[in-house]
Amino acid sequence: MSQTATTAAAEPRAWGGGRSPFNVSYGKMMMWFFLLSDAFTFGAFLISYGTTRFFSAVWPDANQVFRTFPFLEGYNLPLLFVSLMTFILIMSSVTMVLAVHAGHYGDRKTVVKWLLWTIIGGIAFLSCQAWEWTHLHAEGGWWGSFTDASTPVSAFSNFFNVHNTEVASQLKNFPLHGLQATHDFFNYFFTITGFHGGHVLSGVCFNIMIMVNTVNGTYARRGHYEMVEKIGLYWHFVDLVWVFVFTCFYLL
Amino acid sequence: MSNEIIIQGPNVAHTIEGATEHHGHEHHEQHFIWKYIFSQDHKVIGKQFLVTGIIWAIIGALFSVFFRLQLGFPDSTFPIMEKFLGEWAKGGKLSPEFYYALITMHGTILVFFVLTAGLSGTFANILIPLQIGARDMASPFMNMLSYWFFFLASVFMFISLFVETGPASGGWTTYPPLSALKEASIGSGVGMDLWLIGMALFVISSLLGGLNYITTILNMRTKGMTMTRLPLTIWALFFTAVLGVLSFPVLFSGVVLLIFDRNFGTSFYLSEIFIGGKALPHIGGSAILYQHLFWFLGHPEVYIIMLPGMGMASEILSNNSRKPIFGYFAMVISLIGITVLAFLVWAHHMFVTGMSPFLGSIFVLLTLLIAVPSAVKVFNWLTTIWRGNIRFSVGMLFALGFVSMFISGGLTGIFLGNSALDIHLHDTYFVVAHFHIVMGVSAFFGMFAGVYHWFPKMFGRFMNNTLGYIHFFVTFAGAYLIFWPMHYEGIAGMPRRYYDYSAWESFKQFQNLNAFISIVAIVVFFAQLLFVLNFFTSIWRGRKVTVQNPWGSPTLEWTTPIRPGHGNWVGEIPEVHRWAYDYKDDGNGNDFIPQTTPLRPGEEAH
Repeated sequence: MSQTATTAAAEPRAWGGGRSPFNVSYGKMMMWFFLLSDAFTFGAFLISYGTTRFFSAVWPDANQVFRTFPFLEGYNLPLLFVSLMTFILIMSSVTMVLAVHAGHYGDRKTVVKWLLWTIIGGIAFLSCQAWEWTHLHAEGGWWGSFTDASTPVSAFSNFFNVHNTEVASQLKNFPLHGLQATHDFFNYFFTITGFHGGHVLSGVCFNIMIMVNTVNGTYARRGHYEMVEKIGLYWHFVDLVWVFVFTCFYLL
Repeated sequence: MSNEIIIQGPNVAHTIEGATEHHGHEHHEQHFIWKYIFSQDHKVIGKQFLVTGIIWAIIGALFSVFFRLQLGFPDSTFPIMEKFLGEWAKGGKLSPEFYYALITMHGTILVFFVLTAGLSGTFANILIPLQIGARDMASPFMNMLSYWFFFLASVFMFISLFVETGPASGGWTTYPPLSALKEASIGSGVGMDLWLIGMALFVISSLLGGLNYITTILNMRTKGMTMTRLPLTIWALFFTAVLGVLSFPVLFSGVVLLIFDRNFGTSFYLSEIFIGGKALPHIGGSAILYQHLFWFLGHPEVYIIMLPGMGMASEILSNNSRKPIFGYFAMVISLIGITVLAFLVWAHHMFVTGMSPFLGSIFVLLTLLIAVPSAVKVFNWLTTIWRGNIRFSVGMLFALGFVSMFISGGLTGIFLGNSALDIHLHDTYFVVAHFHIVMGVSAFFGMFAGVYHWFPKMFGRFMNNTLGYIHFFVTFAGAYLIFWPMHYEGIAGMPRRYYDYSAWESFKQFQNLNAFISIVAIVVFFAQLLFVLNFFTSIWRGRKVTVQNPWGSPTLEWTTPIRPGHGNWVGEIPEVHRWAYDYKDDGNGNDFIPQTTPLRPGEEAH
């Protein structure tokens, strides 16, 4: 305990050298800077999406594109499924908070329990995304779909809010605008949700690795559960990104 | 509680062992592979970056010799070119396709592989732990990965030079559609794919390195090393890393979208395009979007290249003038200013893309604002050497050359930052001259200054002075002789990237000038080979360093043994008591006081 004694005796100034100015380990600081960097990656994607959409005369309506629910295909249930997905992902953040909290108390069993729930949440979210992608693919949407200028309007008008007279007249008079918007919409949708899903997938993999380590007692021997905290930061970030992706694609 | 652990990093046991290893011969020797190849010692990793960078620099410079031969002597043939390039220079005449490939790869190699990885990779690695007083980087393992990702990126880029259809040839900025459509040019196929893979790996390398540099500087400074006692090299490398960590991800996004456009039928960057009378299945994209994403990286990239040179020049100018740096805080604040403004000026590369003139005027204002921190730095360098007791060492000469080039190239930036003048000057040789002087030659001078100055620390030997002086004067004169005339060609409207200017009535008049530029370029190329020769022979044959602090420098790297082992200091890491520029009488006849010397009674801290 000589270490505690010396630091308690002469606590150096925060920026005076010989200590971390923010009282964090280098690993956690790296994670913060990595997340900042990653935020710029997603920012660039979403801003690209925003500009493309801004310059389009018409744009598919989320309430039309996302109106189905598994096993209830005939019903019009706009945004219900994505609400479930979002709820699952946010709940997985809650379970991650609980895992980190248990880590602070060195409660190995509880850490494992909540990490397991987080992993289940992540996998559930990815499964939902897989269903949504399959469904949209069946409706004709994919990377590089809707490029043939001879496509009839009826092939993509179901993605638009045709009850709006302005949209309806655009589609009638300038069908190419509608085709182009549908093409762009799906390109961005699959790229950005795919990129986010990739983050969730890697997060699930990391979570599994951390959980295995916890079960094996690696962190108990190490005396702290900081790895759980670091992966927690990443997980919350991925959640936060989803909030923006969700807003840009489903709400706006 | 965990402070000690934080400061010394996870492999402290390992590092201390490494430090003593050098003296206690009983200890086991590390295997060659772990000591020199997959090394986790920041000094070895720095040297790996440097040597890889030198190899790339030779390749990149050789390319410029080839296309300068074409530009200077469009009617002649050079059989030696056929020896190097084979089919691409049949009968000694460079093919137009490969001319574009050469200029593309010249830019890519020098901007990314030499002046980004080779420059900040080298000096961030070697200098950060040594100058802040740390045994190694925060994560030596990630640091090693950073080099090996760079190495992998280099492998892919190198392979692309040898594929049958040639490397990427749409310019180093790889604008779509040339980069997005495989059928657009011969280099747009496999060559472009390899370019994209290489650059993706490069971004990973840069991210791993950058995160390490930032956290090391913030977290691992030794006791007493406050941020304001840091040498300016460290400040500069810190902001270099910040720029990299925040701008490369945007390039990454841009590249991901480009990969989708190339391979998966999307149209992020492609609008209606016809090739050979056939419409391509792309609608609704915007090539301008790529330019925005690219230059959001591309402009900070310029400062990623410049800042390390600025930091090293500050250090070397002060050291060899035997005077404290003038305006330390102004230097730091101007670095902050440059870093912030770097992110707000990217669209000045795009004034003529049809951008709204109103928006353009905002970018003009922000661009010209950069002149303020730049001028602060220049005046501080000049006032630092003012009335100094100057030692004209080779490193010092290159640092002075750095300032000279930075002024000359910076001034023409004011022309180009003006959106009205840019209508005339864009894409002419004026631009080529501007950026080659300010971020090409100038950054290289910063790098050379650093190599000559810290070579004794890296290898325990000096580089040969005579060869160094020849290298400096030939390069300095040559750089001005090459690029100064290009300004006039540019003002006369001579566009860049053309294969043969003799076909144009309006540019024929520059034929002799172009030949002159080419001859000087070849001379300067051979002067660089002199440097390479000097560098590699000095590693084994150079004059040995016999004193711990050959330059009389107050900074911490000179308190380590002449050939420091892994862990840098034998025993305790020294504590710091004063700033990095205490050049004054120490009372014992020395004109500097090391940072480790406690303040004398009654002496005021800086």
